[in-house]
Amino acid sequence: MLCDDCRENHAQVHLTSVEANDMRTLNLCVSCAAARGLSSEEAEEASTSETPPLVDFLAQLGSAGPQTPAPSVSEPCPFCGISASDFRKSGRVGCSQCYVHYETQLRGLLRRIHGSSQHAGKLYLSETSDITDRLGQISSMRRRLKRAIETEDFETAAELRDRIHNLELQE
Amino acid sequence: MIQTAEPVAERGLDWIRGGDEAEIVLSSRVRVARNLQGVPFPGRAGPEERAEVVERVRTAADRADLLDGGYIWEVDSLDSVNREILVERHLISRDLLTDRRGPSSAALVLADGSSCGVMVNEEDHLRLQALVGGLELDSAWRQVDLLDEEIGAVLPIAYHHQFGFLTACPTNVGTGLRASVLIHIPGLVLTKEITKVLEGISQVGLTYRGLYGEGSEVVGNFFQVSNQTTLGKTEEDLIDHLDRVTRKVIDYERSARAMLLTEAPAVLEDKVWRAYGILRTARSLGLEEMMNLLSGVRLGMSLKLLKSPRVETLNELLVRGQVAHLERAAGGSLSEQEADVCRATFVRDKLATDERDAGQAPADGSSDTTAADGSPSGD
Repeated sequence: MLCDDCRENHAQVHLTSVEANDMRTLNLCVSCAAARGLSSEEAEEASTSETPPLVDFLAQLGSAGPQTPAPSVSEPCPFCGISASDFRKSGRVGCSQCYVHYETQLRGLLRRIHGSSQHAGKLYLSETSDITDRLGQISSMRRRLKRAIETEDFETAAELRDRIHNLELQE
Repeated sequence: MIQTAEPVAERGLDWIRGGDEAEIVLSSRVRVARNLQGVPFPGRAGPEERAEVVERVRTAADRADLLDGGYIWEVDSLDSVNREILVERHLISRDLLTDRRGPSSAALVLADGSSCGVMVNEEDHLRLQALVGGLELDSAWRQVDLLDEEIGAVLPIAYHHQFGFLTACPTNVGTGLRASVLIHIPGLVLTKEITKVLEGISQVGLTYRGLYGEGSEVVGNFFQVSNQTTLGKTEEDLIDHLDRVTRKVIDYERSARAMLLTEAPAVLEDKVWRAYGILRTARSLGLEEMMNLLSGVRLGMSLKLLKSPRVETLNELLVRGQVAHLERAAGGSLSEQEADVCRATFVRDKLATDERDAGQAPADGSSDTTAADGSPSGD
């Protein structure tokens, strides 16, 4: 894929920004990304619709100093030990606890990447799940049952019906 | 029960038989990313933790009905040709082969008789995936959904009450779902409508790539279109959206083809027959050249300008015309020149077989009744 700006180099930076319902994707080569100031603090401040969420997030992590006290993110994740600079290099978090450790920052990042920070899909029930989770699970399964019936996938429909029945018995 | 398999043999190729809209949509894929609670993600986990993840997935897979009679390959114990074959079949990503400080402890679990399975220890602990022929996203999603339920019932999955399923990369969080279709849209490329269509795709929350995923070039007019976001929508909404947009793109592609047939039938027919002629007679074929020519032939087949080859053969050539598949067939490693020669021989043989079966006119078109009047060639 070629860079959207120069149309010459290979695009290595892929940025998605969302404003209201309008989503925009920019595919840039490294130098055009830099030319747009995506690694500078000014880019963060400008905060236009083209401001890249990941860079924004990384800048927040990196600038956690005396003027911007953010003690919770200047410490590495207590479980996996990933630091802000590790994350900056790889763009990946190290473990599921990172989502708790960096929760505030990640919530903002997720909102900017996905246009939402609230999961709306399948639920996962564990031993610690409460009644709200279980009711949510039933409602999600009912939705899938309706779909299975609409698409005449009666095998899945029968299985979902049985699972819903079992979950309802547990309540 | 699943069994340890070596070598890769013919597994995971079921999609090539095609499905709905198979002339335009080669395949549909759905994957969901999952991680185990209490274990650092693969990029952060130590060798022992990674090895333990493989064992835990193996145990869970053993108990999953959907994987009963299936297979597991540990990447570390596969030779390089078999590893590459899995990549060429899109069953594992190249990232899974990347050396990470010692043994990778990466693995692939595959159901018997389908391309549904689990990639273990890539970027996430588990990538549950299904690959099916044609535009059949619903079918792929149902398989993955079911497998997810079975695996999730045995293994504790990392889940956040607000963020959903947790993944190494924040771009996969939530559903962890990436649905994609591999589409062949030469009509849009030839009529130069492609830029508009790709812009439209980007504007509705989808993204496109070449044949081999992220960062790969578009070759042979094959585009991979997938959802961009994974959080805030249900899995069904994401699947339906991609399905709807793909059907729209298919409509545009058909209109473009109809226009080409009306406006420039001789040019189109020439392009198709030249492509067929080269594939049918060449003695040396580069991979990219083959893919570009197969695009022309696929277009000709779809427009009934050609009677053969079959869609299944075209799909098969795309897979088996790749280097590792040719090396395995040849029984040893091949230089680039040798691979080109083997590829040409393989393609010629396959096309000749289909030609005989279909009673196709010879590639020189000598007994060909022109298709400009709309009648199929060779009738």
